[in-house]
Amino acid sequence: MRYLPHSEAERAEMLGVIGAANVDALFSAVPARALKSFDLGLPAHSPEFLVEAHMRALAGKNQSGGDGPFFVGAGAYRHHVPATVDHLIQRSEWLTAYTPYQPEISQGTLQMLFEFQTQVAKLTGMDVANASLYDGSTGTAEAVLMARRLTRRNKIVLSGGLHPHYRDVVRAYLKDDVDLECLSASPEGQGDILDHIDEQTAAIVVQTPDFYGHLRNIKTAADAAHAKGALLIVVITEIVSLGLLEAPGALGADIVVAEGQSIGNALNFGGPYLGLMATRKEFIRQMPGRLCGETVDADGQRGFVLTLSTREQHIRREKATSNICTNSGLCALAFSIHMALLGEAGFTRLARLNHASACKLADALAAVPGVEVLNKTFFNEMTIRTAQPAADLIERLAARGILAGVPVSRLEPTNASINNLIVLAATELTTDADIAALCAALSEELQ
Amino acid sequence: MSMNNQGRPTGTGTSGFVSASGSALLPNEPLLFEIGDTEHSGVDLPEVTISTDRLGGFERKMPLDLAGLTEPEAMRHYVRLSRLNHSIDSGMYPLGSCTMKHNPRLNEKMARLPGFADIHPLQPVSTVQGALELMNQLSHWLMTLTNTAAVALTPKAGAHGELLGMMAIKAAHEAGQSNRTVVLVPESAHGTNPATAAFLGYTVKPIPARADGTVDVQAVKDALSPDVAAIMLTNPNTCGLFEPQVIEIAEAVHAAGAFFYCDGANFNAIMGVVRPGDLGIDAMHINLHKTFSTPHGGGGPGAGPVVLSEALAPFAPVPFVRKAGDGLELVEHAEDQALGRITAFQGQMGMYVRALTYMLSHGGDGLAQAAQDAVLNANYIKARLAHAFSVPFGDYPTMHEALFDDTFLAGTGVTTLDFAKALIDEGFHPMTMYFPLVVHGAMLIEPTESESKQTLDRFCDVMEELAVDAKAGNTERFTAAPLKAPRRRLDETRAARLPILKWERADETLKAAE
Repeated sequence: MRYLPHSEAERAEMLGVIGAANVDALFSAVPARALKSFDLGLPAHSPEFLVEAHMRALAGKNQSGGDGPFFVGAGAYRHHVPATVDHLIQRSEWLTAYTPYQPEISQGTLQMLFEFQTQVAKLTGMDVANASLYDGSTGTAEAVLMARRLTRRNKIVLSGGLHPHYRDVVRAYLKDDVDLECLSASPEGQGDILDHIDEQTAAIVVQTPDFYGHLRNIKTAADAAHAKGALLIVVITEIVSLGLLEAPGALGADIVVAEGQSIGNALNFGGPYLGLMATRKEFIRQMPGRLCGETVDADGQRGFVLTLSTREQHIRREKATSNICTNSGLCALAFSIHMALLGEAGFTRLARLNHASACKLADALAAVPGVEVLNKTFFNEMTIRTAQPAADLIERLAARGILAGVPVSRLEPTNASINNLIVLAATELTTDADIAALCAALSEELQ
Repeated sequence: MSMNNQGRPTGTGTSGFVSASGSALLPNEPLLFEIGDTEHSGVDLPEVTISTDRLGGFERKMPLDLAGLTEPEAMRHYVRLSRLNHSIDSGMYPLGSCTMKHNPRLNEKMARLPGFADIHPLQPVSTVQGALELMNQLSHWLMTLTNTAAVALTPKAGAHGELLGMMAIKAAHEAGQSNRTVVLVPESAHGTNPATAAFLGYTVKPIPARADGTVDVQAVKDALSPDVAAIMLTNPNTCGLFEPQVIEIAEAVHAAGAFFYCDGANFNAIMGVVRPGDLGIDAMHINLHKTFSTPHGGGGPGAGPVVLSEALAPFAPVPFVRKAGDGLELVEHAEDQALGRITAFQGQMGMYVRALTYMLSHGGDGLAQAAQDAVLNANYIKARLAHAFSVPFGDYPTMHEALFDDTFLAGTGVTTLDFAKALIDEGFHPMTMYFPLVVHGAMLIEPTESESKQTLDRFCDVMEELAVDAKAGNTERFTAAPLKAPRRRLDETRAARLPILKWERADETLKAAE
């Protein structure tokens, strides 16, 4: 038990100071029938090399992204993370710091969060950003609740292009008294939310690029929402797209929610990820989550603190804007470092590389007999219709070592019309050889 | 005082130091935007020509204005910033009810294996059998340690787990055609408890604490009615006490047709020693960061799996892992009564890896020993400081944390806040202050099991010395503190009144102020 510092002699000495006969005496408040009246049957402690062997064996049973051609996206993206990022976030002073409750000795974390908020605000084109949420999906649910508080209206309309998991999370979060309209999926990119906005609508939720990869017209959506006094929530699952596409804030978005995993954070089988949220200045007191603000110390020096906590659960308890009491600090740090390393020049280049990869992929797929590319517009992700059911096809390609994308039926099992659709993403890590291998395998499987 | 963001450079040059003070070892680090610019980059990426045909006319027209740093500049910026943080690796972090324990680096190493870090949540299930096996093993450990029927791994944090647990309770009542509107929450509860209940539309009814810091069982019984959906009880509670009548509370709650939600934030005090399932809990979240040593760098990520009783097991959210033939499958779609989905993917896999690594390292025996040592350490601090500080609740041994109030500071002109800030000058992170609310000027100290006797003694020596000094009238040592931190006391009122939440160029700031 290498992590426990006491010797038996020290334990005895401490018990002596306490005046307890043994450790059990310290648990005297526990009802006798509940105290260690069991045999856990769990393995005993284990040396580091054996634990490592166990974990390596488990990891070895998974096919990792680097093992072969990889085109899986649909809300989580495989990008390269510079070695510097991982080195820096493992420094003790970042990794093992807690929530910055004592600002005088947490200025590193606080300044980083202030820089992170600035980066997110600039990326999204919004006035203010918070210091991160759990992920894009829960962030979307929080944004919907925020829009209801702001407008005091009851109707929410979710676009058919919204990631199906995000739609499901919003559904689970909303209470029964909400009029929630989920538009049906629009894999061809023709779905339209504009006719569903009325005077009761608190917000419409539009994702761009949408789940199927199509780029959506944010300006039109914003104008239509605002004409009825509703808010526009823009969801972005691939933050790299903002290196090439106009910021939603410049197009009229009221709340922007994004998944920040692509920058600085690994795929991790789904988490931890990084929820980004940005909004207009006048809405900050209804924005959930942590905020870092600039101030001065007793000597007049610039410093940073967690601020506007009167919105939060530890002050307002049952009147708080949300029950969230944490952020994704370490993931935000990874994002912020990666973004600082990229800078405008690098981030723009990264976005162009992603789009260039996707263009090559789309062209190559279009040439495969039995494959139809549905997208006219896309950033780094697209939907194809295949001549055979997609789920089985994806399994057969996986058996050949190619992770070829996500069958839409995995997320939308009740909709039979999408059985032959696959969503595929290409990033800067996608090589010409990967694309050639995918297309060759698809051709053979579809013959 | 002049606006503190005046006088900043308006350009994007590299000479943006706001203050000349600071030293080589304790730098005054400028902001990223004051040292970087839009041209510099620390990532070597090829420039490609692209056609904009497929961007639908939505391409960006405005520049992003994102500052970039070269790799050596970035290294310095973030290393220098890091040195302004206190951390568990640099010193004791006795934040009661929040807690930082030692973060073993083996956990980090394992979480970075490509077979865990570089797998996609939506790649074919046949290609991630090891990940599902890991989730299954973690579930087994959590269910065994708590003696419960099921576990939902997906919640992203303790508060998210609370939300899920209460959603499951709500769904169970609804499935039983029972319309209950009230949730009982003891006064000593974490702020997330009432926030969670309110979030789900419940009316929150507070339960007072008894003079000894435990929940008033009679008050619970009196408050129970057919309207009550659940009680949300923290055990061990935020006064550091194990609720001695917890079984009686559970029985009364169940007899009234309500559920028992336990806030398991303090499970680190009893893991391997007491199984919450034996106490009658129906749902309890477990903060993996606190109990099983996953890092919480700067406040997150967390992970808040929820264990569920037989009655609530059918209401677990998707996705979850299930045996299927020789292998494991991931159930991704809601069945009859399930809640649906509370996060996009499978939860905090990176944290599952770290937590299981820690569990295997300790073993069942080591986890019990860790809980006992955590309790031993807290009682040791309480015993050593009881004479100089004021102990509000002395009837029971404390569990994982020792609670003091500010009675001992009466008439000294020193507040709990001042006392905490003075501790910074002595090299310790302050304890949790002013929480729980049930005592005046609370100081809540949680050492965890990872502190040695030597460290505890040094901490107690300092605490005693500070108490003596405060009582001797040396007020300024406290009210002026901290003097040796990177910053003196920060003006939080100003930050809230005039929120500055992002960096802006000085000219923009001036424009905005007009």
